[in-house]
Amino acid sequence: MSAAANETVVVYRKRRNVELAMVLFAVALGLGGWALTNLNLYGTIPTDWPIVVAIWVALGVGTHALVRWKLPYADPLLLPCVLLLNGLGLAMIHRIDQIPEPIRHDARTQLIWTVLGMVLFGLTVVFLGDHRRLQRFPYLLFLAGLALLLLPLVPGLGREQYGSRIWIRFLGYSFQPAEVAKIVLAIAFAAYLVEKREVLALAGWRFGGIGFPRMRDLGPIAIMWVASLAVLVYENDLGTSLLFFGLFVMMLYVATERVGWAILGVLLTLVGGWGAFTFAGHVRVRVSAWLHPFEDFDQNLQIISAQFGYAWGGLTGRGWGLGRPGLTPLAKSDFIAAAIGEELGILGLMAVIMVFALIIARGLRMALAAHDPFGKLLAAGLSFVFALQVFAIIGGVTRLLPLTGLTTPFMSQGGSSLIANWVIIAILLVISQMARRPVRTSTPADGDTGDQITVRADDLTQVIA
Amino acid sequence: MNAPIRRVAIVAALMIFALLANTTWISLVRSDSLNAHPLNRRTRDAEFASFRGAILVGNSAVAQTIPNEGRFAYRRTYLNGDLYAPITGHYSYDFARSGLEQVYNTELAGTDNSQFVDRFVDMVTGAKRQGASIGTTVVAKAQQAAWDGLAGRKGAVVALDWRTGAVLAMVSTPSYDPNTLASTDLTEATASWKALQASTDRPMANRASREIYPPGSTFKLVTAAAALDKGLRPTTQLDSPSSFTLPQSSVVLTNEVDCGGTTTTLQHALEISCNTAFAKLGLTIGADDLRTQAQRFGFDSAVGGDLNAVASKFPAAPDAPQTALSSIGQFDVAASPLQMAMVAAGIANDGTVMEPYLVQEVRSPSLALLSSHQPTQLSEAMTASNARFLQDMMVGVVTDGTGGPAAVSGVRVGGKTGTAQSDPDRPPYAWFVGFAEDPDVAIAVFIEDANIERAEIAGGRLAGPTFKAVVEALR
Repeated sequence: MSAAANETVVVYRKRRNVELAMVLFAVALGLGGWALTNLNLYGTIPTDWPIVVAIWVALGVGTHALVRWKLPYADPLLLPCVLLLNGLGLAMIHRIDQIPEPIRHDARTQLIWTVLGMVLFGLTVVFLGDHRRLQRFPYLLFLAGLALLLLPLVPGLGREQYGSRIWIRFLGYSFQPAEVAKIVLAIAFAAYLVEKREVLALAGWRFGGIGFPRMRDLGPIAIMWVASLAVLVYENDLGTSLLFFGLFVMMLYVATERVGWAILGVLLTLVGGWGAFTFAGHVRVRVSAWLHPFEDFDQNLQIISAQFGYAWGGLTGRGWGLGRPGLTPLAKSDFIAAAIGEELGILGLMAVIMVFALIIARGLRMALAAHDPFGKLLAAGLSFVFALQVFAIIGGVTRLLPLTGLTTPFMSQGGSSLIANWVIIAILLVISQMARRPVRTSTPADGDTGDQITVRADDLTQVIA
Repeated sequence: MNAPIRRVAIVAALMIFALLANTTWISLVRSDSLNAHPLNRRTRDAEFASFRGAILVGNSAVAQTIPNEGRFAYRRTYLNGDLYAPITGHYSYDFARSGLEQVYNTELAGTDNSQFVDRFVDMVTGAKRQGASIGTTVVAKAQQAAWDGLAGRKGAVVALDWRTGAVLAMVSTPSYDPNTLASTDLTEATASWKALQASTDRPMANRASREIYPPGSTFKLVTAAAALDKGLRPTTQLDSPSSFTLPQSSVVLTNEVDCGGTTTTLQHALEISCNTAFAKLGLTIGADDLRTQAQRFGFDSAVGGDLNAVASKFPAAPDAPQTALSSIGQFDVAASPLQMAMVAAGIANDGTVMEPYLVQEVRSPSLALLSSHQPTQLSEAMTASNARFLQDMMVGVVTDGTGGPAAVSGVRVGGKTGTAQSDPDRPPYAWFVGFAEDPDVAIAVFIEDANIERAEIAGGRLAGPTFKAVVEALR
């Protein structure tokens, strides 16, 4: 961002009361889903409803209060969006809990994970202060991220489930380290690229008006490519593999502003994808399940059942508790978007997609608004990896893409994903606080403040003179 | 860095747009076929647990839904299941549907587009959804007469109102009881299904409309129609040698009856079913014109409407001896009893074949008329004057020829007998195809396995009385 004109102070409106109103609205929608599920299934609302309402309102207002206290200038739209998705996810898990006999209580566990995610969110908000502190140890974080990513391959620790080896089991809890690796690697990439972007951007050769990098600078992208292929081949996880490679390539492109990197990345993805399709059986299975699901009804039951669910739900859905999401295996985790589509309809699913789009848009806007390159890169990277994940999993469930075993952020059952995403939101809010808090762009001489104009702005993209 | 970030934002926007476009596509394009998929448990369960409409014959419901205890709130029951099975078809949880239960599934289930308003009203008032009832064209007395006429022999009877194409009776034996498949005890239903599938009598085969057989001499009606179209008249003399060696082969065709000398009239040849005369006639007409005539009666295309019938066949490229055999209904000519009834109906209706149909009207639970069948012309098989010639010739078959047992006193009746010896190891098939005036009905009676000596098989004697019984039931 170029500095504003002399003697100008840009003051963003905090909009904290708007945030509070939206938080309450989002909380009410989640509770509404919970209440409608009970009404539609049992005709009554459970007697413990004051406790449920109190807990969820307290959590929503509590996170809002924390943001109001520590990050008064942070983006006001992110938190309500997240609370809305998290609330709908909890309500849907509660709804699917009612299907088996006897009913399950996974929503409670998920609520505990949500609280844990909010606590980590709070700790990040309180103690991070300035996101530039994260910039300090790029290589250490890079190694840590790679280690986390490849941790499930360690014998004895890693655990295979539903055909993918992406879990570790530790002290009786299972965890998906890739979710944490996502944050760690995004930070590491941002820090590394900020340091190296000059050389990565300028050295190289041009072809057809497009700059391409030198061979010797290809090290990092090669490492990421190999690591992604390792995830794909040994952990059987197409989604995670694409996610990390896509994240790295996108950040490389943003840091260097060279289209050549993006082209190279796409080419490497195609080569890797072709290799995986040719040599890895499970990738071929996924692709055939995507293109011709009905050729093997039993094998592709999950994706077929999800499609039947969408058709059954129609435009406006069956209503909370009135569809049959339980017919789709893994309806609570990977296929929660199918359950949403069946009970809330195509319109409900579209609304959820739009809320995800809002989060992504706000995140990218913070990347534009941030003052420092590291903040820009980190915000853009975290937003884009979020977008990729939403695209891959909802696209997979709706048969736009081959299915990849990713979680739907904030909605799917699973603690690792929930916690990691709450931390991502905390980092984004910190970046937005740094970008939007009022700073003097020039120091007035000898205390003369006569010419200083204070302008309130919603957005730095407005021209302020 | 802002320019690339903006480009990344465009990529992200495109991804979101692709998701929204795809969900729209699911909703607009894929939904209907997904909901209609037979393996879709959601729609299957919902339909099986819904208040399905009744199938009516006259004023009595031959298929209806009654409340049930247990997993499913309703149960489908059939009145006189064996008798009406070829019409109602079956309705089951694991083994799909057939017959009218299949063809009118959305109407019966109440999910058809025509019932949109009712569904909306039900939704607003909170009433439980009910399916529409369908009124068939079947006449109970005729159906019963046909069933009794077959008297347990393997075979089929189809009776059409030749003015409209309405199916007045459709019987197929041996039959099955759809109640056993509609059972809400799914284990029991599975056992019944397996037993029915394993039975060598093939009770679930609809011999009236979904099976085709050599029509034998009844196909001479088609050959005669083609001859009249060529300008021949009932009095035209035909060669009728006592034996005829088929061209390009050593097969010798003989007559089962004395054709009355070396020449005979077309009329007489039909009355006594003279094979050599019709084989030579068929060769004169040629395979292509025979096929054209057969197709005008409906051969080689699946009969449309709500019968879900299979197509009858005339061979695609027969050589000369095959053409000769085809013209007397042998070789690869194969027709369903429904098709042969359509031939008689077309002749009786002065050459116009009406499209056969089973359902006269569909009514909503509040008895509002949702749809009603309008008689539809299928084809113009013959000119009116030629059709009248052929009617008179068929009347002659009954009064002076092989069709005597079909005569009904006081009713103008015309017909044609047939005996098809397709396989020397099996008893021949016996046919009688004919029409009556007032009651206006065209009937095909087909007996697959008469369980009697070969020599005694004769279409008129075996199948004729059943024809007569159905006509009398309609008087």
